[in-house]
Amino acid sequence: MIDTFKRWLDSDLWYSFKRHPLVILAAVLSLICFLGAFLAPILAPHNPFDLKTLNLLDAFTPPAWTAAGKAQFFLGTDDQGRDVLSTIMYGSRVSLLVGVCAVALSMVIGITLGLLSGYIGGALDAFIMRVADIQLSFPAILIALLIDGVARAILGADGHEDVAVYVLIFAIAASGWVQYARTVRGSTLVERNKEYVQAARVIGRKPLAIMFSHVLPNVMGPVLVLATLHVGTAIITEATLSFLGVGVPPTQPSLGTLIRIGNDFLFSGEWWITVFPGVMLVILVLSINIIGDWLRDALNPKLR
Amino acid sequence: MVIFPIKRSFWFATCAIALLLGAVTGGANAKSLRYGTQDEPQTLDPHAANLAVTNRLLSNVYEGLVGRDKDFRIVPWLATSWTPPDPRTGNHNWRFKLRPNVKFHSGAILTADDVVFSVQRAMHPLSQHKIAVQGVTHAKKIDDLTVELVMREPNPVLPNHLIQLRIMNQAWAIKHRAESPQNYKDKEDTYVSRHANGTGPFTVKERQTDVRTVLAAFPDWWNKNSPEKGNLTEVVLLPIKSNPTRLAALISNEVQFVNDPPPQDIPRLRASGQVKVIEGLESRVQYLVFDMRRDELLYSNIKGKNPWKDIRVRQAVAHAIDANAIKTKVMRNLAVLTGTIITDQDQGYSKDADTRLPYDPARAKQLLAEAGYPDGFAVTLDCGANQPAADICQAVGPMLARVGIRASPNIMQTALLFPKLQKFDTSFYLLSWSTPTGDALYTLQSLLRTPSKLNASGDPDTSSGDNNFGQYSNKVFDDLVDRFKVENDLKKRDLIIRDALLLVNRELPIVTLHKPIIPWATSARAGNEVSAVLPPNGVPYFFRFSSK
Amino acid sequence: MLAFIVRRILQSILVMLAVGAIAFSLFNFVGDPVSLMLPPEATQADREEVRQSLGLDKPFYVQFATFIGNALQGNFGISLRLGRPVSQLLIERLPATLELAMTAAVFGLFLGIPMGVYTALKRDKWTSKLLLTGSLVGVSLPNFLIGIFLILVFAVWLGWLPSFGRGEVTDLGFWTTGFLTADGLRAIILPAITLGFYPITLIMRLVRAEMLEVLRTDYIKFARARGLTNNAVHFGHALKNTLVPVITITGLQLGGIIAFAIITETVFQWPGMGLLFIQAVQFADIPVMAAYLCLIGFIFVAVNLIVDLLYFAVDPRLRVEQSGSGGH
Repeated sequence: MIDTFKRWLDSDLWYSFKRHPLVILAAVLSLICFLGAFLAPILAPHNPFDLKTLNLLDAFTPPAWTAAGKAQFFLGTDDQGRDVLSTIMYGSRVSLLVGVCAVALSMVIGITLGLLSGYIGGALDAFIMRVADIQLSFPAILIALLIDGVARAILGADGHEDVAVYVLIFAIAASGWVQYARTVRGSTLVERNKEYVQAARVIGRKPLAIMFSHVLPNVMGPVLVLATLHVGTAIITEATLSFLGVGVPPTQPSLGTLIRIGNDFLFSGEWWITVFPGVMLVILVLSINIIGDWLRDALNPKLR
Repeated sequence: MVIFPIKRSFWFATCAIALLLGAVTGGANAKSLRYGTQDEPQTLDPHAANLAVTNRLLSNVYEGLVGRDKDFRIVPWLATSWTPPDPRTGNHNWRFKLRPNVKFHSGAILTADDVVFSVQRAMHPLSQHKIAVQGVTHAKKIDDLTVELVMREPNPVLPNHLIQLRIMNQAWAIKHRAESPQNYKDKEDTYVSRHANGTGPFTVKERQTDVRTVLAAFPDWWNKNSPEKGNLTEVVLLPIKSNPTRLAALISNEVQFVNDPPPQDIPRLRASGQVKVIEGLESRVQYLVFDMRRDELLYSNIKGKNPWKDIRVRQAVAHAIDANAIKTKVMRNLAVLTGTIITDQDQGYSKDADTRLPYDPARAKQLLAEAGYPDGFAVTLDCGANQPAADICQAVGPMLARVGIRASPNIMQTALLFPKLQKFDTSFYLLSWSTPTGDALYTLQSLLRTPSKLNASGDPDTSSGDNNFGQYSNKVFDDLVDRFKVENDLKKRDLIIRDALLLVNRELPIVTLHKPIIPWATSARAGNEVSAVLPPNGVPYFFRFSSK
Repeated sequence: MLAFIVRRILQSILVMLAVGAIAFSLFNFVGDPVSLMLPPEATQADREEVRQSLGLDKPFYVQFATFIGNALQGNFGISLRLGRPVSQLLIERLPATLELAMTAAVFGLFLGIPMGVYTALKRDKWTSKLLLTGSLVGVSLPNFLIGIFLILVFAVWLGWLPSFGRGEVTDLGFWTTGFLTADGLRAIILPAITLGFYPITLIMRLVRAEMLEVLRTDYIKFARARGLTNNAVHFGHALKNTLVPVITITGLQLGGIIAFAIITETVFQWPGMGLLFIQAVQFADIPVMAAYLCLIGFIFVAVNLIVDLLYFAVDPRLRVEQSGSGGH
């Protein structure tokens, strides 16, 4: 798999990347976002989850460059006196965690089912693909909402709070596996009858091994494109759910939660509480989408 | 097989009314007031939920024997006069003469039977308005227009309480199988929880939960010639949860009245010129309550004991909360700090009892360590998603965390919070309370006296601890309440109340924060300029509103 | 031909049965079906009656059949939150959502098609590139942010348009419409733009791709060779041929738009089914969730079926394959 990846880098992909300044910018921005989010405990000026360090009297401090701003709160503070820059860094952490985990889980489910469906075929294939068809009838957000609602009904409000993040990851993952399954199945159907697969079968390799070590690497290209674009969608879905108040609990704010909280202060002049998380969300998703878009074109031989 | 045939007649009636409505509002609607609010009542049952949000609407539809005038003085309402008991006879009963020819919205005429029925209904175990008939055992019909309230014990301030007793039509209630109040905490659905039939200035013309509730002026209202009467013919209640959306609606004149503008937006509203800010002094107090009963808290990491039972822990909470910061930051100074649950507008308030423990986190830590919690503990703080409660809750969390009490706010929809509290399913909660009677008895009896169900010997007074969801129980306090509730000498009575309030301050079953002074915001546009008065109970009496 | 139609209808029924099965399991495994079907003041006798009529003592498949039977009659029980029959609630809210979704789809078509044509014809102009990059921004902007932004600008700063609700609606007895009053028309503008944002970008990209494809075909080359003007070629031939798939996909997207209206309805307090659904999720109101699921499933399946059948009628050469367009 790593070899395949290296081969891409050697080939046209890297060349194409260098020729697209917008993509380079997007890549740099995403990298900054990712680093900022995952190194938040080290980099962030404050820890907004450490309630002990919050002082309500710091609340509503405007950004540092305005007249009433304070140097230690570069992007100002929110209604609880939390440093907005830090909440954004920690918030993106939650958003990215949910987004990336959901996509990873989605990929695992989708790839497994796609491989099984394509390789084994028959009734199993028909069944999986029918389920996929039905699921495609419903937008991801609806399925995620439904799963969240069911979790609420089963766990009750209190129990739900503790596992909300996992429920969210599962909900988003469960609503996105179909596209992977379809792509992988299609490629698997093609690969299955190729000579090298048949050769592997003849020398007695197990079907599972064949699927994962021979078929899978050859379908990773399109899957990677899907996954990149899916991370963007997953982050938006998470933000939307949190904005609707059914996502992560308010004590663990994601970007969507921050926007929802800030929304209350948008018109009273404290615009920075909502504008900065909003801008961050858009930059993050836009960068990822630009990369995904480019990747799709770059990997598609028809468009070269 | 249809288990629930849609009630066709009801459906058609709704459509017909809606058609009519379209025709009427198509014309001049200058006297129609659109009212935006963050929470709408979940029920129209007059005796089910004693919540501010319900009272605000139902006080326009149902009325009591006693009322309040524009200056909040007690005045005859559905009763034209009453005779207080003569202390010399040992008979504590009150006799009320009913106003003749008062019509219900259904057209029925108010009689003594309706009053007897309503008293009995308000005393039902499912009622949340038992406090409205404090001290009453039952009502007795003397003749068609005379009712006697038979008392178990004297209640010198009975008329204050009766303001909250909503009179409903007996025949109508029986017809719709609503003899007992709706079981609010279990979200029961009844006909009476969705329809109303009072004697008030407004009828409920249309009720679409989540969408709109339309009140229409009742043409046969007995008091329609009152000099206080304004000119509204229709009030449309529109629930708009989002704060900015609600205010945008007010500024752009889509609604003309908002009773709950967020504190942070008041300066901008004042400056806009399109909006009038109406100030008033609501007798409301924001406070925190501890679960004082359980031996182990439901929502805490401490097992086997209840930390709240240690007075030092409660004191630590009081010391840890910087109420002044909440006042300036969350309430934007639209609040007055208070150290007691009774406001200075209420009978029984005493300056001596209005004292707070000072903000002193070091002392709080020390107290916690003395109580055996040097590292603090975790507990869940329940609060409503309405503002400013949710913001206060979020502000309290870090303050307690600083001294070691990790109070994680559990912010939930108010429609879910109240049933939860009513089931005592809480360890620590934030609520606000107002005293609509303007008298301490209402509050102390309902909020802090031992809940009647806990009294093994059977408390005859079922209103006891009606809203005491922390289940505080103190014999000395109960005795004080029992003494002053029958005391006729107001001076002596005030002194006993003072003792009770001082006791509460020593015991701290609740920690008071402040008295919010949230104004109303109304349209100031020509043609829609609304004039209104914000009374101490926070109820918008729409019949006194005018639009011009 | 008949075989095809029958097969498509059977497939649709199968999908609906599957959706019904999910709703059924919501009812039976997440909540107690008896209390879901009955108001709480019901007597023990009522409960027994319902238990029997639901056939809870009967085998699984009989129970499922009963549930489907009830669902076909529109009986989804009582909302736990509002205490009213779910079907009645949905019927009340349906017009609001459908009007919003339709208006958004129309917005999408009327803005998306010209933009798509433009970017296809002038593919190397900087404005086209700007529009294309802009469409990527459109996809990356969460719906709720657009809504907040529009409210801020048009309702609060400029005060031109209403920020919430449907305005004044006219009740036609079976339908409430906001299209007949000026107030209602003004109220729908902001929500429809918000909801239409995604379809606009989608349709624009689709039209562009289709146009580029068609422009490469031989008959366009012949048309040019015949000396037809550019306009005649572009709009008379090329655009006409791209519209069929575009309208089809928009039709297929309608189900998605309706479901996506959940967010728009929440931001604008639009009294439609989406607002009902989101509150049902918050309150774990299973009957409403189940019914909404079935309704959305039904709308989607119906639209799909109609589109497929129309396609078949128009162009029998078309090989029918499941369309891969999912939600967004």
